[in-house]
Amino acid sequence: MHVPDLAGELDCGETVLLKTFFFGIILGLAVAAGGLYAIPVVDQKRESSIVTVAPNGGNAETFHVNIPMDRILLGDQGQAAAIPPGLVWPTDEILADIRTEVFKIRNARDAVVGVAVRAAATSDENNVIDWVLHLPARGSFFVNMDVEPVEGGFRIGEIGSGSREFEPLSGFMTERWIANNSNDEDAPAGRIELSATYVGELEPLEEEETFE
Amino acid sequence: MKYIVSLVLGLIVGVSLFVAGLLYNPFLADRGLSPLSVTKAEVITLSFANVPAESIAFTNDGESLHGPYPEKVLQLWEAPIRRTSAMTTVMRDGRNQVAGIGVKFASDSESTRLFSGEAITNSVWYIYLPEHGSLFIEQTENYFPFIREVAFPAWRSSANSWRGSWLGDLTAGPGTLGTAAVTGGSGRVDGLKMAGMESISVRAFSTETGLVSSEGRLLIELPETQSAVEN
Repeated sequence: MHVPDLAGELDCGETVLLKTFFFGIILGLAVAAGGLYAIPVVDQKRESSIVTVAPNGGNAETFHVNIPMDRILLGDQGQAAAIPPGLVWPTDEILADIRTEVFKIRNARDAVVGVAVRAAATSDENNVIDWVLHLPARGSFFVNMDVEPVEGGFRIGEIGSGSREFEPLSGFMTERWIANNSNDEDAPAGRIELSATYVGELEPLEEEETFE
Repeated sequence: MKYIVSLVLGLIVGVSLFVAGLLYNPFLADRGLSPLSVTKAEVITLSFANVPAESIAFTNDGESLHGPYPEKVLQLWEAPIRRTSAMTTVMRDGRNQVAGIGVKFASDSESTRLFSGEAITNSVWYIYLPEHGSLFIEQTENYFPFIREVAFPAWRSSANSWRGSWLGDLTAGPGTLGTAAVTGGSGRVDGLKMAGMESISVRAFSTETGLVSSEGRLLIELPETQSAVEN
């Protein structure tokens, strides 16, 4: 079978043109691969954490929710006005004793840093108040609160689980309602203050440090 | 001039070849059978509406593919939460009965590496089931198979839509078997550490409005000791 020698039929200029084309293909592959490898597809905006050292060990961080402006959703079968407008909360009997709220949460500088859900449920067996705080650039943690408030009007709960930055941490969080006494027209009605105290896991000492 | 045109054409072909190689790379195939689908332990099965307009409420930055629902819900426009969505939905049990309420927060992850077929989302679920108690689920999800098998064909189609039947596991970690970490917070599951898996089934998708027909499913494997006590 005769195979035509197409390359042999090209003159010098056409050969260079063809080589430039193939060089372009390789360059295109390299640019696409390099670009995808080097340029981050996602770059979450970070607010600087405002963490202080707690008096009895651990690190403390405070968040708050301005009510009503930071409330995204309020789901409760007994709720007269829908929040947000147009919300249709399910009327199933099994959900009658559950109240769910979704908020934006702010740091001590009043900047929004994440979102959170607070759920309160009552039943014959036990009552529940749970929080989940989700900070996109850092991680999330779950807190199951004691239902009865302690002296000073705040509730306390243990950090039950966390993800990413919060995964190795334990500790507790308190919630407290602080009413706003300002007469400013735009001022919030009050705020929910959340104070978290994180305690890291003990890390084993290096061998050298142990002998010292 | 003709050399520049030739180089540019080569570049376009090179980039196209790379994208095609990424989308049709057989080494980036699905992980196959979920480890929870063959477990002998007791499993809590939950399903939920995965289309924002069929949930109770859904919000994001307001500029993404899926629009917030209801329309007047507060949007997550602030920079630190702009790449986050929040969904509140009814959770149904295996008999399709209402079992509780679930809230899911999902954020685009900085560990996304399209080069290796990873379009990662960090997400957490808070679920309250009156029958079982409260559950906290943390997971990383990989949407790359969905992009490759549903979103890309929809984008390529002249109608900008896709119809068919696609079922895929989204959960890719943090568990060693690619499962989600589930913690029981109260009730029957209080204090339990469990594994979970989220999957979605999609029947229709549009590049203009997003998911048109889709359902999500969560499998939560109870520890075997707990199952034994129950039995």
